[in-house]
Formats: sequence, C-alpha cells, structure tokens
Amino acid sequence: MKFRNHTLKNGLHLVAECNDEAHSTALGFFVEAGARDETDAVAGVSHFLEHMAFKGTPTRSADEVNRRFDELGAHYNAGTSEENTVYYAAVLPEHQDAAVELLADIMRPSLREDDFDTEKQVIVEEIHMYDDQPPFGADEKARAAYFGSHPLGRSVLGTVNSVTELPVDAMHEYFRRRYSPGNIVLIACGKVDFDALVALAEQSCGHWKPFDCRRTAEPATLQAGFQAIRKEIATQQYALSLSAAPAADNPDRYAAKLLATVLGDDSGSRLYWELVDTGLAEHVSLGHSEYADAGVMTTYLSCEPDAAAANLQRILDVYRRAESDGVTTAELKQAKSKLSSRIVLSGERPRGRLFAVGSDWVYRRQYCSIEDDLAAVAGVTAEEVSAVLAKYPLSRGATLTIGPLDDVAAPK
Amino acid sequence: MTEPILSHTFPNGLVLVAEPTLSLQSVAFTFVVPAGCVYDPPNRSGLGGFTCEMALRGAGSRDSRQFIIELDNLGVEHHESVTAAHTGFSGAMLSKNLPAALELYADLLQRPHLPENQLEAARLVMLQELRAVEDEPAQKVMLELRRGHYPDPWGRPPQGEQEALEEITIEDVRSQFDRSYHPGGTIIGVAGRFDWRQLKDTVGRLLGDWEPREGAPVVEKPRTRRYRHLDYKSNQTQIGIAYRSVPYRDENYFQAWGAVGVLSGGSSARLFTEVRERRGLCYSVYAACHTLRDRGAVFCYAGASADRAQETLDVTVGELARLADGIENDELDRLKARMKSALIMQQESSAARSGAIARDWYHLGRARTLDEVGRLVDALTHQSINAYLTDHPPGDFTVVTLGPHKLEVSGEIS
Repeated sequence: MKFRNHTLKNGLHLVAECNDEAHSTALGFFVEAGARDETDAVAGVSHFLEHMAFKGTPTRSADEVNRRFDELGAHYNAGTSEENTVYYAAVLPEHQDAAVELLADIMRPSLREDDFDTEKQVIVEEIHMYDDQPPFGADEKARAAYFGSHPLGRSVLGTVNSVTELPVDAMHEYFRRRYSPGNIVLIACGKVDFDALVALAEQSCGHWKPFDCRRTAEPATLQAGFQAIRKEIATQQYALSLSAAPAADNPDRYAAKLLATVLGDDSGSRLYWELVDTGLAEHVSLGHSEYADAGVMTTYLSCEPDAAAANLQRILDVYRRAESDGVTTAELKQAKSKLSSRIVLSGERPRGRLFAVGSDWVYRRQYCSIEDDLAAVAGVTAEEVSAVLAKYPLSRGATLTIGPLDDVAAPK
Repeated sequence: MTEPILSHTFPNGLVLVAEPTLSLQSVAFTFVVPAGCVYDPPNRSGLGGFTCEMALRGAGSRDSRQFIIELDNLGVEHHESVTAAHTGFSGAMLSKNLPAALELYADLLQRPHLPENQLEAARLVMLQELRAVEDEPAQKVMLELRRGHYPDPWGRPPQGEQEALEEITIEDVRSQFDRSYHPGGTIIGVAGRFDWRQLKDTVGRLLGDWEPREGAPVVEKPRTRRYRHLDYKSNQTQIGIAYRSVPYRDENYFQAWGAVGVLSGGSSARLFTEVRERRGLCYSVYAACHTLRDRGAVFCYAGASADRAQETLDVTVGELARLADGIENDELDRLKARMKSALIMQQESSAARSGAIARDWYHLGRARTLDEVGRLVDALTHQSINAYLTDHPPGDFTVVTLGPHKLEVSGEIS
C-alpha cells in the first residue's frame, strides 16, 4: 500500500492508496456539500443535485452518461448525507482514465430544466418510498429533534413540497456556492496509476474555477426530550435515541466505536442479550456517527408496540449500569476482535477502502492505513472507554418513537 | 486466471468445495444444509427458521451465551438464512481463526442443545421477524409474488405464519432437526486464504462421523392464482411481476440471464431507462433471475405513487413483452462489460465466493471457476439470446400488488 497525494492549482485535492495487488480501482469525488448547507427554501437541493449530476453535461445527454458508465462495466453510485455528497465508481484498472474523465464530467452537470422536472418526480417517489417504511423515515425526524435549529438537524431528502417548489435557478445557485474545486477531493483506492490520475485530473478538472465556499460552523445546542409520532400503517413500534459523542476530529472516536460495539452491536452485545436474544425486541443497536463539529450515538429499537415502553426502560437501565460500572476487559477484548475483523474484511475491497480513506481525508486531512486503524483500535483501554461514557452519557439525549401507538411512556 | 476449485466428498455424503484466493487475508465459509422451508410440515410453517434459531442457542460444551461469545471472540461475521431448499450458515473472519470457527459449527450441526427453556424466546424472535416484514412493503410484495408464482411449497415465505409459529413445540423443533440436518445434501463452501490439506483434514475430523440419514420428500401442490392485490394504506403501490424462466443448471440459463440483464443490468438497461429515466415513474425498478434446482423464474419489482402505479405496471409489462422482439448487440456488449468487472471484483470478497461455490455445487454437482463463468458470458451473442427469446417469450405473468387500489391487469396476465 502506498499513500500518494497532490493538489491542483485550483485547490482540488487528489488522494490515493495504491495497492498493486488489487484487482480493481475505486474512484470517488467527495464534495463537502450536504443538507447542512441548505436553507428551508431549498431543502433537499443537495440530494436532488446528486441525482441531476447523472442527467447530462454539456457534452453528454442523460442516456449517454448512463450508457458510458455501463460500457466501462462500472459499479457506481452516489450518496448524499448531512455534510457530504459522494460520487463513486469501481472499475477494472484498465478503465481508470475513462472513469475519471466520466466522473469529472458529471461533476459539472448541465442541470437542464426538462431533465430537472422529470427527476423531481423520481425524488418525490423516493420520499414517498421512505415514508411508507417507518424505520427509514424516522432517522431524519430524530435528528431534527436532537439538533433543533442547528444545520445538522436538516432533512437530506427535503419534503414533497420543498422539492416540488424548487426552481432550477436555485439549484444552479447552490452548485455555484458548494462545488468549488477546493471543496472537493478525488479519492482513488486499489490498483491506481497515480501519475496518470494526476495528469487526467489536470486535464478534466484543472479548468474548474475556484471560489469561496467556507462552511460556517456554529456550536450545536443539543436537545433532550421525548416525542411520539403516530404512524397508522406501521405494525412495529420504532424508537431512535440520539445523544452526544466524540466528533470526527476527536481521537476518542475509536473508544466511542468500541463502546458502541460492547453495548449495542447486533451480535453478542449487552443490549443484544437483554432484548434480542430474549425475543423482547426485533432489533436493537447502538452506533457512533461522526460529523465535522459533532458526534452522535444513535440507539435504534424496533419491537411490538406494547413492549416499547418497557424496552426503552431496559435500554436506559443498561446505559445507566454501564455509566456507573464501565465495561469489562473481556468485553473490550471481544469488541476489538469484532471491529478489527470488520476493518480487514471491508478493506479487502477497494470500494470499502474508498470510504475509509475518503472520510479520513475529508474530516481530518489525514491518511490512515488499515494497519494504523488496527493499531488505534488495539490501543484503546477500558479506562478510555469509561472516560468517553462519563463525558458523553448515553442516558441523556433526545428520543423519538414512531409506530401505531399515540403515545409511549418515556423511561425514567 | 483464477485459482482452481478443490473439492472432496466424504463417505457420509458431506461435500467440501473450496477456492483459494491468496491475495486475501480473510477466509469465509458457507454451510448449506438441506433444511429449507419446503420441508416445513403442514400447519408448521416457519419451523425451518425456528429450528435454525434454536440451533444457535448452544451446542457441544457451550451454552447459548458461550456459543455466541466464542464466535464474537474469533471475530466471525456470521449470518444465517433460510431459503426454499436450505438453511445457510455463513461466516467471514481472519484466516487464522477458521479451524476454531469450524469447530463451533460442527457442534451446532451434530450436537445442538435445542434447549427447551429457550423455546419461548426463540418463538418471540420468529414472531418479531414476521411482524417486521409488514413494515417493509417492498419485501412483502416480493414474498407474496414468489408464493403466488411457484407451486407450494417452493414459493413459501421462510418466515412462516403466526398461527403455526404459536403452535410449535420443542418436539417439533427436535424432530425437524433430526429430519433435515444431515450430511447428505450438506455442502460447505470455503473461499479466501486457507491451506487445502489442513482444511480437508479439519473438516474430516470434525464432520466425517456425522451420521447420514434419509432426506425428507417434498410434496408439491398446483399454483393457485395469477393476480392478487393486497390492500395497504400507503403512498406507493408496490408491484411484483413474475414469469417462467429456466433454472441455473439448464443449458440455456445464460441466455435467459443475458435477456434479463438487458432489462435490468445497469442504468442504461431498459427498465431503468423507460420507467424511471424517461417517465420519472418510480425510484426503484428491477428484474432478476431466480433459480430453484428444477425451475427458474424472473421476478420484477416496481414501486410508484398510487396515482401513477397503473402507468408503471403498463410500461413495465410493455417492456417485458417487447423483450420478445429481440435485443441489440450494443445492449449485450454493455452487459458483458459489467459482468466482466463483476466477476473480477467477486475475487475481492471471500464471503461472496464461498456462497457462490456452495450454491454452484447444489445446482450442478460441481463449482464453476470465475474464468469458466467468464467464458460462458463471452460466448453469448445477441443472436443466441434472441433465439432463446423466440422460444421463451416473457408472458403468462403472475402479478401481485400492494397499495391503496387494485390495478387493471390485461387479459394476458389474468
């Protein structure tokens, strides 16, 4: 594995982990643009723009974009989150140049009005689809409850109304605000010819004009509380609880991930034994996610409606016990074994490495090899895990439940 | 060139099939045991899944908790699934932990506790899984489509039915285990980094004495209906469409696969282009080949807002019918490019390969290397696929919809 990086004159970063043994090449443009960069008037524009990138450029129609990806045998997709939009493709190494050229081309989309109007309908379908699946729609509502008016509480999808009413000019304007080359990183993993990557990026992206697109970070005032939303068609009751956790730039994030594994992994964790093994809940998990200026621990529960209140109480009791007694050495050792295994398994695919290398660079301007990550996991002590728990108590946060019940008793 | 595939059949009928990939640090195994839901007795639907859930609750010298803790200590990413024909147990891990992990599964297969004091917990788990499907309308419509398309028991949902799950006793679980967990018909696929000689010896030592038993027969009933609508107060109507195809072991399988790839492989494929890109009717639309050992089907899915569901159904069925008019060479070329990279990228996943070679063995009695699959794909031409489509035009559709309104289905369908 060899780490290489380079910055073009216009500010576009190129970062690569080159592995000569790999069978494929994964490439991705990571753009710092997401729901947090929006206002109410353009809610959902980041995600809508991600769709529009595939709808044509000055030199390609939408059909030509799709056909070209398929001709290259590319396995590709894009995704939008609160903070980033990522466009990626995995190809055979022989197609590296062509894939970079194509991805670079769609990073300067035409945003034609007729395509825009057709794609609006697809986005509305996507919103309706998630709304029909209570476990999916709930996460955005829970984030809104927890972050309150902080931009991280904004919806990625937007609403049927905000998307339907969005004028194409507002998308052009948003693009001009966020898609500056200095706000974009091109990541490459697997079998990468780095010199060719630099040459092709110069040719395809070197002419992109830089502009100012600083993101203002404001401290989040996190909300606690308990809220129940009735969803008539739901069969199960769902609950999401969000609480504070180490942010992306905080070295405690490894301890936080191990803590989440000990308490809420989907196999063999404390919550698993308490709620899943016993059949009291269909699913329960605890996960750590990181943002630029905040971290979040998310507890997810799905169970029969009548069992929801008692299960939420059991979860809170598990958290309180952990807060007072910490975690055991045996639990920590087991969590390290699981996490290390996952790091190695996901790292065997260049596609898996792409996201690890990408988030290391986007959030920390740092490269970490698989060995670095394994060493960081191995080095965490039980005291460090307890310290994280003391600083970021899981028993304090915002809970949202959604399901057939009008109300659910909040745990005490 | 990919590595050759190694295999060994033990005297009790157990098959070990393995593909080394030395560029990986990991290894993965997939056990397919002939304990699928087609063997659920009458009035005991879901028993196969229930038995799988119980089998994980302690085996050999370890109780339920120790068993899972040991798997977690070894860092085994494990997964269980029940299909029509099989119960599958799979795991991926660092290479050095394979022998210890196999030891755990050898206990599970031969010495499970099936503890009576955990029967109620397992029942609750099964009932929760059944309820969860109700909140996943896209999954639900496809389960119902399979049930409507294949003759019973081949189309059964593995989750079972509530009444049956509530009746299951510990004797049911134990006799189901005795009937369906046996070495004849069990296949172990292993892929990634391992030493073949050591692996073969380990499996022989752990499972060579597993006692063979007679497999249970499957009794088929004729299929009943072609169009079924399920009322559901949702925004979208979920649409499932099925038609007959050939199974994996049929000499024409890759022709059928190629035709479906033109419909649904990649975003320049016909369904995505016509239903989503040109008309904006839905977010998700696809078609895929599904295979049982003796029969195959194509299952299509689309989900669209209720007021546009009729148009979505009509356009989708129109595309299925248009397939019979033939495909173009450039459509096949794009499909081949996608398949070439998919095959090469499959080598990057030990878990994917271990499952693929185990399933190959079930269907063919041998496993295909990725090179062999590549040659079969290369040999396809648009003429060969069109000849297949002339003989096997999509038609005689089974349709299931789930949403606020029933749809109009044309004469050909109903």
